[in-house]
Formats: sequence, C-alpha cells, structure tokens
Amino acid sequence: MLKTVQGKVWSKYLLSLPPMAYLLIFFAAPTMIMLFASFRYPGEYGGLAPWLVQDGGQWTLDLTLENWQRLFGTDIYLRLFVKSIGYAVSTTLICMFMAYPLALMIARSGRKSRDLLLLLVILPFWSNFLVRIYAWMIIFSPVGALTRILNGVLDLFGAGPVTLMYSPTAMIVCLVYVHLPFMVLPLYANLEKHDPYLLDAAQDLGAGKWRRFWLITWPLSLPGITAGSILVFIPVLGMFAIPDLLGGTDGIMIGNVIKQQFMESRDWPFGSVLSMVLTVAAVVVVLLGSRLSRQRAGMGGS
Amino acid sequence: MMARKNLLLAVSAALVYLFLYLPLVIVVVFSFNDSKLNAEWVGFTWKWYGKLLYNQEMLTAAMNSLIIASVSAGIATILGTLAGIAMHQYRLRLLQMLVLAPIAMPEILMGVSLLVLFIMVNMTLGLISIMLAHITFCIGFVALAVQARISSLDPALIEAARDLGATPWQCFREITLPLLMPGILAGALMAFTLSIDDFVITFFTAGVGSSTLPLQIYSMVKIAVTPEVNAVSTLLMLVTLVVITVASRLSPAIFRGE
Repeated sequence: MLKTVQGKVWSKYLLSLPPMAYLLIFFAAPTMIMLFASFRYPGEYGGLAPWLVQDGGQWTLDLTLENWQRLFGTDIYLRLFVKSIGYAVSTTLICMFMAYPLALMIARSGRKSRDLLLLLVILPFWSNFLVRIYAWMIIFSPVGALTRILNGVLDLFGAGPVTLMYSPTAMIVCLVYVHLPFMVLPLYANLEKHDPYLLDAAQDLGAGKWRRFWLITWPLSLPGITAGSILVFIPVLGMFAIPDLLGGTDGIMIGNVIKQQFMESRDWPFGSVLSMVLTVAAVVVVLLGSRLSRQRAGMGGS
Repeated sequence: MMARKNLLLAVSAALVYLFLYLPLVIVVVFSFNDSKLNAEWVGFTWKWYGKLLYNQEMLTAAMNSLIIASVSAGIATILGTLAGIAMHQYRLRLLQMLVLAPIAMPEILMGVSLLVLFIMVNMTLGLISIMLAHITFCIGFVALAVQARISSLDPALIEAARDLGATPWQCFREITLPLLMPGILAGALMAFTLSIDDFVITFFTAGVGSSTLPLQIYSMVKIAVTPEVNAVSTLLMLVTLVVITVASRLSPAIFRGE
C-alpha cells in the first residue's frame, strides 16, 4: 500500500477529521434527527411540536407512538410500499434484460472500441435527470407522433384510442431509461474480467453456444448483476420525480407521499416515519446484496 | 455459428443505443423547431434560444446554479480528497461508512433530512443551504475518484523520495499531490456536474426565493411542455458534455464503473 503521508500520528486526524465531521453533521445527525422526529407530534403550523413541555413547573417529554401506529393502522401504506417495490423490481428486471446484451457486446469487442462504446452508454446518463424525463414527456405526449401512430393502428383494428402519458407504462419506460447505465456499468466491469479461454475450452468439449452461456457466462456474471440490481433498485424505490411528472394518479410511489408530507401536508413526523421505513428498506437491500456476493465468493469464485 | 451470435448481440446492443439516444435527439431537434408544439417539424428557428436571453428567471436560476456548483465542488473536492487519502491509508470503518452511505441511500432521504436539520437550527433556506447539501453528496464521489487514483500509483515513488531525504511534507507536496492531481480534478469536475444537475436534494433544501436550473425546468415542465425547455436542456447537455469529456480524459478509470 502506498503511504501518502508518512509517519506522524496527527496526520491521520488531520486527514480524516474534516470530512468525518462534515458528514457527521450533515448526514449522520439529520438521519438521527429524522428518527427522533418520527416519535414527535406535528407542530400547529407544520414542522414539529416541542418535545419537552413544561407542565406545572415539571418538564416532561412529549413523545408519541401515534405516527408509527398510523403506518400500521391501515393497509394503505403497506399497499403503497408493495406497489413501489413492484415498480422497482420490474424496472430492475427490464434493465437487466436490456443491459446484458449491451454489456456483453462491449466486453467482447476490441480494446480500442470498448472505451468509445462505454462512453456512449455513459453520455446520456450525464445529461440532466429532468431533461431525460422531459424527453419522454415529449414522446408520450397526446399530440406526439408515437401516440398518433399507435392510435391509428389501433383504429384499424377497431380498438379505442389510448393515452400513453400518465400511465404505468410511461413510468416504467422512463424509470428504465434513467437507470439503465447503473446496470450496464457493473455488469460490463464483471464481464470484461471473464477468461475467454473458459468459453473456448467449453466449445472444444462440445458445448453449444446457449449451453456455454448458461453454464459459464451467466453464473460468472451474477456478482455484476447483483451490484447493478442494487444500484437500480434503491433509487427507483425512493423515486418521486418520475411518478410526479409521468405517472398520473395511479403512479404514486412512496417517494411522492414522503414529498407530500414534507412539502404539502406539512406533517413532518409522519413523513419521518415513511422516510425511516425507506431507509431500512434501502439498508436491507444493500446488506442482502453484499451478503449474496460474499457467499458466492466463498463458494470458490463461481 | 459464432458470427451469428455476434450479429444477434450487435443488433440488440444497437437497439439499446437507439433507446438511449433517440429521446435526447428529439429534445435537441425540437429545440430548433418553429412550432410551439413538440409534435411536428415545421421549420428551423433560433427563436427559443433568443427567448431564453430575455427570460430573467431562467438567467437568475442559471447564475445560481453556477455559483452553487462552483462553491460546492470546491469545498467537496478538498474534503473528498482528504477522505480519499485517509480511506486508502488507514482502516477507518466509520469514515468509510459515512462516505459511502450517502451514495447508496435514495436521494429523497438526504433531501428531507437536511430540510428538517436546517429548519431545526432556524436556518433560512437559500443558496447556503443548497451548497451545504450539495457538498454532502459530492464528498463521496470525489473520495472514490481520489482513492481509485491512489491505488494505481507506485508505492516505490514515495519510498525513493524518502530515501533521498525528503521530509514527509515535501514528499506529500512534491510527489503525492502532483500524482493525485488527475484524480482530484476528475473528482472536482464530477462534483461540479452532479451539483449543477441535482434536482431532488435541491428541491427540498431550496426554499422560496432561490431557484436553480433544474428547479426552473421542473416548474416549467409541470405547467406545459414548451420548446424553451428544449432549448435550455440542449444548452445544459452541451455544458455537461464538455465537462465530462475533460474529466474522462483526466481519469478514464472512474468512468468505467470501477
């Protein structure tokens, strides 16, 4: 390992304290404050009510479990979470199907063209997030060519006109579009490391191309798939902008309800409850993913 | 047989590329279209770009975005570089977790939790609160870029300098820092684009008076789809394209998903 600053105990603190302090104040503390807020009462005009109240000279804690009871009291929020997970799972699966041929093609092309092909995947990903959503708003717009052609074709078969905008289909297409590179990059990083001689050996032993794929390439690529799935699943689970702009009334996800609690209803404690649930969900997914890849590594590199 | 498989692969990959680029091409093409509807090609015009020059709100938002991105990227680069070096050199599990967790969490969580923090300490939401938030999510990306660069360096360089009698500080300033520069610059440019592009976290930490370009685009798109949005989107794409090209020249490794 390269020692960049040699010796001196203080250099360790000089290096690590400033970023650590910043992230403790602006990342760790706010998360803790949210956890605490989920047990407080909402303030009269939004925000939070005081958690310490003076009651006849006596200071008492004014905390409650009501916000959490509200979460478990009905099945509205459970259904909302299930629906959001449904969107996240479908997006992840579609991304996997679309990313695989692309990543495989890039990994198998010549050294020189690889960098260019990869850059072409990354470029759209660096254009603004809202611009990418906006592009699909144009495509799905009721006056747009796609909707008109589709309805023209449907009309020939006597089927009624459809609207693409504000539908779950529009939402999923856009979710896939925005998150696809997150799947392509780790998958490519994995596929690129495969030893081509494994495939040659299998071919010499008489395995057909699909058999070679299923028995060699696919199992070896599972760590890449796992990493990509985490990178797609988590941001989709917490998404609010895409359902907000493209989803219509049916497309509400957990992120929209969190946004609503903080910006519109101004019920911060309940918003904090929902945020904590989302945090736990994200942590569980990350832990599950890293456990999966460690298990596979333990099984001898398969 | 091998050739057929490659053909299948090439065709499906080409379709995915088409899926990635067609929407953006449509945005750019319609930004030059002489029609209020983004539906049919009518004729070429620059007027939507001209209109932007007189859109005071848009110009203010663009200025805000530039200020926020420059300051946030600057501070995040210093903190992220320190974190990257520290993470490489010492086993610091807490630092590692603090640096990586913000990248792994859904953005909305950082947005709302920072909103609660800022309101709790009675801070007025505005440019400063947006910068504090942007620095938080940029540190990790800079740290990873710097860490990637350190791992690719040859330890013998430092040892040689030490053997030749350089003090630790000389060593750091004259050997390590120049060697790390491409990683640091790439991290800084990445932080700049992440900040200028951010919508979700800015949405929660902006307050009323201070809009940024993405917030401006959001409020325009919410109301109606107009070619003016196409024009500003095209310009924004151009800026990002330039910054990213420079960054990828400086440090190709961090753009390969490593």
